[in-house]
Amino acid sequence: MDTFAALAHGMAVAVQPMNLLYALIGVFLGTAVGVLPGIGPALTVALLLPVTYKLDPGGSLIMFAGIYYGGMYGGSTTAILINTPGESASMATALEGNKMAKAGRGGPALATSAIGSFVAGTIATIGLAFLAPWLVDVAVRFGPEDYFALMCVAFVTVSATFGDSPIRGLTSLFIGLTLGLVGIDKLTGQARLAFGVPELLDGVEVTTLAVGLFAVGEALYVASRRHHTEEKLEPVRGSLWMTKEDWKRSWKPWLRGTMFGFPIGALPAGGAEIPTFLSYSTEKRLTKHPEEFGKGAIEGVAGPEAANNASAAGTLVPLLTLGLPTSATAAMMLAGFQQYGLNPGPLLFAERPDLVWGLIASLFIANMMLLVLNLPLVGLWVRLLAIPQPWLYAGILVFATMGTIAAKPSVVELSMLAGFGVLGFLMRRFDFPIAPVVVGLILGPIAESQLRRALAISLGDPMTLLQSPISATLLGVALIALVAPFVLKGLGRFKANED
Amino acid sequence: MFRFPVRLVGAAVALTLAAANPGFAQQLELKLMAPAAPGGGWDQTARSMQQALVAAGVARSVQVTNVPGAGGSVGIAQFVNGAKGDGNQMMVNGFVMVGALAMNKSPVTLEQVTPIARLTEEIQVIVVPANSPIKTAQDLAAAVKADIAKVTFAGGSAGGVDHVMAALFAGAVGADAKKINYIPFSGGGESLAAILGGKVTAGISGLSEYEGQIKSGKLRAIGVTSEKRIAGSDIPTFKEQGIDLVIANWRSVVAPPGITPEQRKTLSDAVEKMVKSDAWKEILKQKGWEDAYLGGDAFADFLKKETARVTDVLKSVGLVKS
Repeated sequence: MDTFAALAHGMAVAVQPMNLLYALIGVFLGTAVGVLPGIGPALTVALLLPVTYKLDPGGSLIMFAGIYYGGMYGGSTTAILINTPGESASMATALEGNKMAKAGRGGPALATSAIGSFVAGTIATIGLAFLAPWLVDVAVRFGPEDYFALMCVAFVTVSATFGDSPIRGLTSLFIGLTLGLVGIDKLTGQARLAFGVPELLDGVEVTTLAVGLFAVGEALYVASRRHHTEEKLEPVRGSLWMTKEDWKRSWKPWLRGTMFGFPIGALPAGGAEIPTFLSYSTEKRLTKHPEEFGKGAIEGVAGPEAANNASAAGTLVPLLTLGLPTSATAAMMLAGFQQYGLNPGPLLFAERPDLVWGLIASLFIANMMLLVLNLPLVGLWVRLLAIPQPWLYAGILVFATMGTIAAKPSVVELSMLAGFGVLGFLMRRFDFPIAPVVVGLILGPIAESQLRRALAISLGDPMTLLQSPISATLLGVALIALVAPFVLKGLGRFKANED
Repeated sequence: MFRFPVRLVGAAVALTLAAANPGFAQQLELKLMAPAAPGGGWDQTARSMQQALVAAGVARSVQVTNVPGAGGSVGIAQFVNGAKGDGNQMMVNGFVMVGALAMNKSPVTLEQVTPIARLTEEIQVIVVPANSPIKTAQDLAAAVKADIAKVTFAGGSAGGVDHVMAALFAGAVGADAKKINYIPFSGGGESLAAILGGKVTAGISGLSEYEGQIKSGKLRAIGVTSEKRIAGSDIPTFKEQGIDLVIANWRSVVAPPGITPEQRKTLSDAVEKMVKSDAWKEILKQKGWEDAYLGGDAFADFLKKETARVTDVLKSVGLVKS
C-alpha cells in the first residue's frame, strides 16, 4: 500500500538522530509551557519561529509538532493537581481530575491522562495518516448551519450534565453566554458590552476566565473555610499506579474520547474544547459509577484527556491537506511552513512527501516520548500536593497571576482575573456549578456567529438549518438528548453531587 | 591617576570611529511594538524587521513587544501615550488598523503618530470554487448587478481589508455597496472551507493565502487587485478586465508623536538602510511579501489618503456611523 510505504519512509526520516533530538526538545518545551497558564503552545511556536529559521524545515516542523502535543499534555498536569487548567482544552480534565487528586488518587489520574493521551494520540495519528484525504472532503462540506447544529448538541448535552439543579446549571451557563457577548461583534464590527474599555474589545479571554474561576476562586474558598474545617489533603492513598479496576474503567473512555476528538478536531471550526466537554458528558451518562462523578471519577479524566490529544492530531488534517489552520497553534505552524517557502495544501503531499510523512511519523515518536517523559514523573508531581495548604494556594495565586500577565500584560486583564476569582468564590459558596460558565463563553460566540452566517448566506431563510442533511441530523440528536431525560425520568434520574 | 587618561583615550577612539563610520546608527537600541498577538502579520513584520535591522548592522539590538487587542487600538493607545518623544521606539501597523480605529471610535488616531515608512504590501484576490459558473470578474460583476444580496462574499474580519474590498468592488461595478452580503470569518482557514464547500459565491483574501488552492485547481482566481499584472502570473488584474479596483494590504512602521526632526531622520534612515539590505530582501522572498517601500512625506501623504478612502467606504457600508 502507498500509505504504508510512505509512512515507512517517513519513519526513516523521523529516526534520524537530529530529528529525534528536535522532537525531544519539542515535547519537553511543550510540556513545560502547557503547565503554565497563559503561555500556550501557540505563543511558544511564535517565539521560536525566528530562532528556527536557520534550521532545516523538517527538523523544526517536527519540533513544533512536539510542542503542540506536549502542550496539550502539560496542561492536564496542573489541571489535575492544582485545578489550574493551562489551556482551555484541559478544562474538562480539571473537573474530575482535581477531585481525584484531592482524594489521594492524583497518581492514577495523571497516569490515566498520560496513557489516554498516548492511546488517543496514536490512534488519531494513524487516522491522520490513512483518513486525511477523505476526512478533509467531509470537513469542507461542514457549512455554518452544520456548525450551529453541532453547537446545539454540545449545549444540550453539556448543560444537562453539570450540577444537580437545572436552574443553577442554566444560571451559570447564561453568565457564560453574557460574558461571551463582550467585545466586537464578529459580523458587524460593532462593540458590545465593552463600556469604552479598549481591552474589552477582543472579548473575555477564556484562560483568564478559567484560571480566575477555577484557581483563584478555589484559593479564596479554601481560605474562607480554613477556620471551619481543616481539609486534609492526602497526597497518595492506595496505589500510585492505576489498579486493574482503573484500567477497566479507563479504556473505553479513551477510545470514545478519541472518537470525539479526532473528527471534531479535523473540522475547520471544531477546536479542542467541544470534544472534551462532549466526552465528559458522555462518560457521565455511560458510567457505572454515577455516584462518583463530581467526587473524582476516573472516566471523567480518561475521556476528556483522550479527546484533547486526539483533536490535536485532528487539526493537522486540514492543516496538511488544505493549508487550513484551525487552531492558534496550527496557524503558527502554517507560518512555520511558509517561512520555508512551503505552502501546505493538496500539493504538499506530492511536492515534499519526505517532509509530510516525516512529520507524521515523528508524531508517533513524540507521543512515545511524552509517555516515557511523564509516567516516571507522576510520583514526583503528586508530591506537590504534600505542600502545606497555605503555601500551595499562595503559590497557585502567584502562578495564576503570572500566567495572566504573560499572556496579556494589562491592568484590565488582572482586574478581570481578580473579578472572576471573586465570582468563582461566590459560585462555590452558593453551590453553582462553574464549568457551564466557561462552556458558555467558549460555545456561545461560535454558535451565534455560525447561526448568523448561515442566515446571511440563506438570505434570512431559517429552513436552511433543516435542508442540510448534516445539520438536520445533528439537530435531531440534540432534540433527542433534550427530551430523553424527561422520558427516562420514570426510570429514575441519577443524581450527581457537586462537591 | 591611571584611569583618567585611559577613559580619555577610549572616548577619543569612539569619537574617531563614529566620525570615520557614518553608520553611527550602530548605536541604535530600538524597541519595536507589534500591536497584535504573536503570529499575525504585524508580529511577523516586527520580528522580520528585528532580524533585518540587526543583520544589516543598522541597530545593535531590537526588542519586540506584543500588545494585542482590537485591531491594534489597544497597542496604538499605549504607544501614543507611553512612548511620546522617545526616539528609540517604533510601532508596526497597517491597513487593518485604519478601519479598526474608525470602527472602535478610538480616541487615538493615526494622525497623532509620526509616519516613518510603508514597508510591504500583499495583493488581494477574489476566488470562486472551481465548479462555479463565474469565470471572470465581469461574470461576477453581472451577478452583483443582477441581485447584490444573492452574491455572498466570504472574507476576514468585518471592516478589514477584505470587507473594504468587497464594498469597493460593488461600487466599481456600479452596484449599491451598502447592500453587499459580506460574511466575515475569523481567519483565512474558515472562509476557505466555506468557499471550497460552495457555501458562498466568492471569497476574498490575500493572494498568498489561497495560492496553493489556486495552483492545485480547487479554486479559480478571477482577478487580483494590483495595478499591473504580477510577473509570471496568469491571473488577470481587475483593471485589465475593466473594473477599477486597486487595493493592497499594506504594512508600515511609525514612530511616536513629539519626536524631534533629527530623531525622525535617524529612524527613517535606519529603516531605509534596512529595506535596502540583503537580509530584508531575503525575508521578503521567503514570506512572499511585495516590497512597497515608501518613505518620508510621500508615506505621510499616502497614509492620509488611505485613511480618508477607508473611512468613506466603512461609512458607506454602515460600519462607521458618521
